[in-house]
Amino acid sequence: MTGKQLWSWLAVVFAGLYFLLPLVGMFDFSMRMQRGVYSFEAYRIVLADPQFQQTFGYSVALALLTIVIGILLVVPTAYFVRLRFPGLRPAIEFITLLPLVIPPIVIVFGYIRIYNTSSVLPLTGSWWGTNILLLCGYAVLSLPYMYRSVDTGLRTIDIASLTEAAQSLGAGWARILAVVILPNVFVSVLSGAFLTFAIVIGEYVFAALLNVNSFGPYMVWMGGNRAYEPSALAVVAFVITWACMGLIQLFTRFSKFSTARR
Amino acid sequence: MTTIALSLPSARQPRQMLSWLGVAPFFLFALLFLILPTLNIVVGAFRNPQGQVTLENLGKLLSPSIRSAFWISIELSLLTAVLGCLFGFLIAAAITLGDLPRPLRNAILTFSGVASNFAGVPLAFAFIATLGRLGFVTMLLRNWFGINLYGSGFNIVSFLGLALTYLYFQIPLMVLIITPALEGLKREWREAAESLGASGAQYWRLVALPVLWPSLLGTLALLFANAFGAVATAIALTGSSLSIAPIVLFAQIRGDVLNDPHLGYAIAFAMIVLTAIANGIYILLRMRAERWLK
Repeated sequence: MTGKQLWSWLAVVFAGLYFLLPLVGMFDFSMRMQRGVYSFEAYRIVLADPQFQQTFGYSVALALLTIVIGILLVVPTAYFVRLRFPGLRPAIEFITLLPLVIPPIVIVFGYIRIYNTSSVLPLTGSWWGTNILLLCGYAVLSLPYMYRSVDTGLRTIDIASLTEAAQSLGAGWARILAVVILPNVFVSVLSGAFLTFAIVIGEYVFAALLNVNSFGPYMVWMGGNRAYEPSALAVVAFVITWACMGLIQLFTRFSKFSTARR
Repeated sequence: MTTIALSLPSARQPRQMLSWLGVAPFFLFALLFLILPTLNIVVGAFRNPQGQVTLENLGKLLSPSIRSAFWISIELSLLTAVLGCLFGFLIAAAITLGDLPRPLRNAILTFSGVASNFAGVPLAFAFIATLGRLGFVTMLLRNWFGINLYGSGFNIVSFLGLALTYLYFQIPLMVLIITPALEGLKREWREAAESLGASGAQYWRLVALPVLWPSLLGTLALLFANAFGAVATAIALTGSSLSIAPIVLFAQIRGDVLNDPHLGYAIAFAMIVLTAIANGIYILLRMRAERWLK
């Protein structure tokens, strides 16, 4: 073994310890609810908790709706910018990067000031309004990832030819976008969507400040009031993050395979 | 001929209109839910409750409690950015240049993708379960090695504990960003340096680091901004016992502490300024770095 290899192994082993110990600790702690034996008691309690079922289901619904809003917003924009307004690209890229620059807590603070009950558009005053505001906020948070992945997807296909071909067959814009463009960038859309799912499912700051009882605030409440259940929740959240990232990898690999075959 | 020339613009007109309709929702959305809310904060930071222009709010940032909150935040973000860069660089160097088995490299990159997104509340829980008073590692050290972690003054609810937790998403982010840069170092450069008699250290000091410099500094700035905006991890880990800038703002918005929205504006404005500077540095240096990586 060369010196270089030795150093590399050393770095990887230390990194492995740092990164795996919290996962082991989290798992170990979540199993220790019953004294003396390992058991899934904490998971059983958490999964049977109606509050968990309600808030988790709520967050899943929020995540799915965010993905729908994101697709409706990003796919037509990225498409028309590539096809008709290449000059707008820098402006759009700047806007889609802003959510990474402005801390989320500042954005939600702005929402509370602009859309409060004494404003022109009192969204925070009603249940529907608050949820619409929350969804829009999540769509903003997902914008950088969604736009980046859709735009990369559009780069790999010849949208000008596809559009002309569809038009010559008599398709309108909505039809072109839904039937021709979307299926072609589907894999890119999916990777943006899974990332969005992973971000939204446990999001805390937006939900807490808009007083929405979703999975993030539920987890924080559990953290303050219980001992073992939070670890079980953390394991659940970690598995979801893994699943989302794993699915992205799977789909990208699958798409590479299909383009290579073409 | 003339009829075609005349009819073309009129045929194109509605099409162009339709294309505008395709991008209009995006701009409207960005205006309503991103730009106006942010502008509202920025303008509010310079106004008093009567609506007059003032620097009074920004002046309040200099009060000892707010100033120390910002100071702790900056220290925390800077420390985790520097350590994240350092350790991330070592890991990335190990997997790109260290002749490790290929599957290990892919596994580490995939894991980095997961870990850099595993922030927020669950991450805080994982660290409490590991280094908390009854945590896995705390007990391990006590039962196996006789080391009393909490007796020696360590606490997960502290600056150090928060820094350790932040590194869990900072290091993987560095690995993800710097690995392509390291892979962009051409083998020929190293061979050229060696054929001219350079040692390994000389190669790094005179060739590799100058090329990587913009990437390294740029990522440092990005990691700084990344840590500075993180709120959920800190709240779930410390409650509100550690006053860092985002937690102070969170408490302000909730109305727990003082009820002065204009002070909230000023804190938010200062946060935007700091993260904008950090991100600006990142984008500028990234453009410089990309010159070498083609």
